[in-house]
Amino acid sequence: MVPLDHVIGLSAVLFTVGVFGVLVRRNLVVMLMSIELMLNAVNLAFVGFNRLWPGTEGAPAFDGQVFVLMVITVAAAEVAVGLGILLAMFRNRDSVDVEEVSLLKW
Amino acid sequence: MITAVVIKTVFILLVAVAGLVPVITWIERKQSAVMQDRIGANRADVAGITILGLFHPIADVVKLFTKEDVVPHGANRALHLLAPMLAVVPAIIAFAVIPFGGVYQFGETTVDLVVANVDWGLLYIFAIGSLATYGAVLGGWSSFNNWAMLGSLRASAQMISYEVTMGLSVVGVFMVFQTLRLTDMAIAQDATFRAFGFLEVLFGISVPAWLDWVRLPNWGIFLQPLGFVMFLSAVMAENKRPPFDIPEGESEVVAGYHLEYSGMRFGLFYMSEFIEIVVIAGVVATIFLGGWSVPYLPQEAIIGGVGSVFGTGFATGLCMLIHFLSFMVKVVAMIWLQMALRWTLPRFRYDQVMDLCWKILLPLSIANVFVTGLVIMLIEG
Amino acid sequence: MATILFYAFAFLAVVGALGMVLNFRNTVASAMSLVVTMVALAGIYVLMGAHLIAAFQIMVYGGAIVVLFLFVVMLLNIGTDELSPGRQRLVKLGSALIVLFLLVRFLRVLSGFPEAPPAPEGFGGYREVGIALYTDYVLLVEMASLVLLAAIVGALILAKRKVD
Repeated sequence: MVPLDHVIGLSAVLFTVGVFGVLVRRNLVVMLMSIELMLNAVNLAFVGFNRLWPGTEGAPAFDGQVFVLMVITVAAAEVAVGLGILLAMFRNRDSVDVEEVSLLKW
Repeated sequence: MITAVVIKTVFILLVAVAGLVPVITWIERKQSAVMQDRIGANRADVAGITILGLFHPIADVVKLFTKEDVVPHGANRALHLLAPMLAVVPAIIAFAVIPFGGVYQFGETTVDLVVANVDWGLLYIFAIGSLATYGAVLGGWSSFNNWAMLGSLRASAQMISYEVTMGLSVVGVFMVFQTLRLTDMAIAQDATFRAFGFLEVLFGISVPAWLDWVRLPNWGIFLQPLGFVMFLSAVMAENKRPPFDIPEGESEVVAGYHLEYSGMRFGLFYMSEFIEIVVIAGVVATIFLGGWSVPYLPQEAIIGGVGSVFGTGFATGLCMLIHFLSFMVKVVAMIWLQMALRWTLPRFRYDQVMDLCWKILLPLSIANVFVTGLVIMLIEG
Repeated sequence: MATILFYAFAFLAVVGALGMVLNFRNTVASAMSLVVTMVALAGIYVLMGAHLIAAFQIMVYGGAIVVLFLFVVMLLNIGTDELSPGRQRLVKLGSALIVLFLLVRFLRVLSGFPEAPPAPEGFGGYREVGIALYTDYVLLVEMASLVLLAAIVGALILAKRKVD
């Protein structure tokens, strides 16, 4: 059997690596990919918890998996728009380094 | 159970990959030669004997193995090595769910001629097909070459566009057969249906008795003809097969994404395209042409008929052989069809390819789903 | 057997994630590491019995989203960050320490976690999840389609060249 506590632990580790990627890296593409990694970690947690409480034989519960489908949908939409923003940024400044678009910082 | 899986895997690798793919290279040469009124390649010989050029696949393999693997100067060596592997591995593992035969009972044991009879077989094929994009995309990028880059950009756009249509065009088949498991789809096509029954259902006209005896086999191509045409187009475009070979168009981008590949790396790209031809033939034969079933001869009739003379065990074995041969005949017919399409149609322009996917095939497949649902509702109600 | 496979996939997932975040030389290699993570996660979903989610993970994430990333990287010829080598080594060391700490923390704790009950028939199958989607959660499906429509329109407008 799959040890579900380690599934949740793996989800936490992947989420942390994703947060680390967003905070440390300056390349916008890698930051967007780290956001995808965070969403994947959340999906894993959803499926893990759904496996832990799958309902009974007559009334199965699929909430986790339905939510994962919604997360996948929203992630795809977000990647499309994020890459559109990246294209617009690249056309204006010829670089995807986020340090160069930090004009609104104090 | 593991040994059964290993035996079936080895069998598929020997028959489909190592057996059919060299034959397809020979078919490509000879069929194109016959269609173009020339002789084709027939010079390769072993000890002076040439059999219609059947030794050419062996000559090809020897040539590809002994050529030097050139990696261009500015290329990323790791990705350059990875790309052909990413092209050929999804093509081979797509065979895991294609049923080469039905389910047979030999006394206590049940034998099914499919490596993995998973419940979501068709979804597995789409998932693996979407992984096949990486071979083309990385091949062009890692080659450090303008033409290869153009080829791989075109390949990525074309392949992810046609994945959508590939999925939507079989939703009609899924609605009719109510299952995604390819073995069950083939079993459902093992029957016949009244050919003129649609008159009763759709128009309310009762079928006259002199037409009522006409029965067609319950194949997907008769129940979903538009789905067949759309799926065949989408899956040939996914395989970057002519007339959709924009990514590797010889006259436009020299050789596209496999430009800077030579030796066995190019051999892997070349082989991946032909293995996918067999996969396409297998999937279309299973979904639309009845798979391993023989038309008008359901499995019980064969086993019952032969079993009454020779005994049930021998009858089941003979039925297994007949079903396997029937599947191979359909696969070879689909391979022939793909070859004929390749050598007949000129190459599409890039904007025509994109138009075909998004403006023609996508609305048609949604309309197909709608009409199929309507007809099913009328039949049930 | 399932346990061994789970640990193998989990190792692959973490290695792929680290390879994606810590790759300072090549953006395309980062994307391929992310694909390794996605496929490993799909393997874990299959081990847990969620087959439909595994198929969608490979199809949508591994086969479309990362290909979109690769497409943009190739189109714009995007290089990678400009951190100095000393900084890079610091980042790699720091991340390795963090992951090690997290692994030790999470592998020891969570005792007393309840044992997984046996999965009901059809858990994770497309039939049951599909029925649940279209009966109980049909509003979610409609909203998801609206979100996708908004994303399509937004991406088109953002990426279109201004016609002079």
